[in-house]
Order: sequence, then C-alpha cells, then structure tokens
Amino acid sequence: MSAALIIDIILWASVAAVGFIAFRRGGAVLTTSLREGTMDFINIVPRIALGVIGSGYIAAVIPQEIITGWLGPDSGWLGVLTATIAGAATPGGPVIGFSIGAVAMKAGGGPPQVIAYVIAWALFAFQRLLLWEIPFMPARFVWFRAAVSLPFPFLAAAIAMAIGKP
Amino acid sequence: MIVIAALVVVSAALVWRRDGIQGVTEILTHDLSLFGGILPRVLAGCLLGAFIAEVLPHEKVSRSLGPKSGLKGLLIGAAFGAILPGGPFTAYPVASALLAVGADFGATIAMVVSWTLIGYGRAIAWELPIMGTDFTLWRIVISLPLPVLAGALGRFVYVRIYPKGAPE
Repeated sequence: MSAALIIDIILWASVAAVGFIAFRRGGAVLTTSLREGTMDFINIVPRIALGVIGSGYIAAVIPQEIITGWLGPDSGWLGVLTATIAGAATPGGPVIGFSIGAVAMKAGGGPPQVIAYVIAWALFAFQRLLLWEIPFMPARFVWFRAAVSLPFPFLAAAIAMAIGKP
Repeated sequence: MIVIAALVVVSAALVWRRDGIQGVTEILTHDLSLFGGILPRVLAGCLLGAFIAEVLPHEKVSRSLGPKSGLKGLLIGAAFGAILPGGPFTAYPVASALLAVGADFGATIAMVVSWTLIGYGRAIAWELPIMGTDFTLWRIVISLPLPVLAGALGRFVYVRIYPKGAPE
C-alpha cells in the first residue's frame, strides 16, 4: 500500500501548493475557496457514502461468471461488443473491474476483448457515471462525454489485434 | 439517488437471503473501512478543485483550453489528466472547475479520459497488482492516443449539436 501513500502525499502536496498560491493572492481568496471546497465536501459525502457502502452489495449479487463467460479469444468482434457492454454494466470499484478482467484472462479470454472490457469499464461504467461523475459535474457534460467515448473500446481492441499485444 | 438507494437495499436483501446476516455485515465492514479511507482524499479533491477554480486565471484557461485552443489545448488537457493525482474524488471536481473557468468540452473530455485511461494513480494502486505488469503497460500504450482523439471527437460533435454555443 506504499503506492497509495505516495499518491496521498502527491495529492496533499498539490492541495498545499495551490492553497499557498491562493494565500499569496490574499486572505479573502484563501477563505472563499476553503469555504467553497468544504461545502462541496459536505454536499458530496452522503452520495459517496451511498455509493461506496452500497456498491459492495450490488456487486455481490451480480454473477461474475456471466461477465467472464463471453470473452474468449475466438469471440472476435462480437466478443469485443460483449466486453464493451459488460464493462459498462460492471458495478463497483477498481478492485471488481480489474478482478473480473484478470479472471477473464485466466479463464481464457482473448487479450483484445479484455482490453476492450477494461477500457469500456474505465470510460463509462454505468454505476460510476451515476455515483461519481454526475454528483461532481454537469450532467449534460457527463452524458456527452460517455457518448463520445463509445467508439474507443473498439478502437483499442483493434489496435491490440493489429499489434498482437499484450 | 433514490433509485440507487432502492437498488442497494434490494441487493443487500438478496445478499442477506443468500449468505445470511454474516454476509451482510462482512460487506458492510469492508465498505465502511474503504469509505473511511477515501474520505480524506475526497476532502483533498474538493479543496483542490476550489483552489484551482479560484487561482487559475480565467482568460488564460479559456485561451489554452477553450474551444479555439486547437490540438494544443487537447494535448494540455490530456497531459494534465495524466499527471493529476488522486481518484474520481479529485479528477471530477477539478474537471468541473476547469469547465467553470472557460475550458471547453473537448479539452475537458481529453482530461477526464486521460485521467481514467493513462493516469498512474489507478494503474499503480490496482491494475498493476491485479492484472500484471505486461497487460497494464500494453493497455496504457494502446490507450495513449485515445484522450486526444476523444477530445477531438467531442469538439467535432459539440459544434454540430450546439452551433450557437452552449445552451444554459
């Protein structure tokens, strides 16, 4: 977990750095942004509580075999399409998404399909859009971004097929 | 929020029927500790977003990340997303702040997509240990062109859907 510690240090150092810049602009700038940041935090905490504490249950009732059974190396573009839909439908945090990807690889999933799965999940996992992105950002932007992202799991799978990696 | 809450309650009930009360509490304690762990990062993300919104000069942002910033704006957005520390609780408030101070959809899309696909935070903490080094590195290499492409596609579509600028 030392990687997480390094990330925490970088994160708080960045906060301190921009906070210091705000302070140099004057005390009023600092207090305004501190107040706004804290208000954002207070507003967001209940939603995150629901998301984090709830996602464990949602993930627990979705049978993972269904997701992993469809992604074999011979599944071709249909497999990529299935992988993309499965990625979008996968609930839960990074542990679940990557674990299913790893299981799919071990169970004989094709690398392009698993790439498509991981990228679709990273780009537009439905639960994350609802629980994380919508609370923080304008909904119009979120849907627009998700729609624009649709071709990219297919493009990534095509690149993976073309170069024969990983 | 209500839909999700209902979904959670139904799922928890299903877990309870399948695994008994022990299954329910097991997931609850695991998720509670996860929640406690990320709370400080959520605070850091909100503060970072608020500071950035306050500190970044608006004209400069709209010049280097605005609708007319061209390929350079998309590259800056993508680079920024790749180096941004923290999880969704950092990236989304910061992206939201950028939108508010004059970045366009294209550059912000490049930033968010780059953060999800190339950002080192998730790759180091989760993908590397679970998926292995080989897969992770190739996955990132394959992903490298995607943020700029997504941002460019976003701009291309945006000006066609909203030819007269954003409706508010």
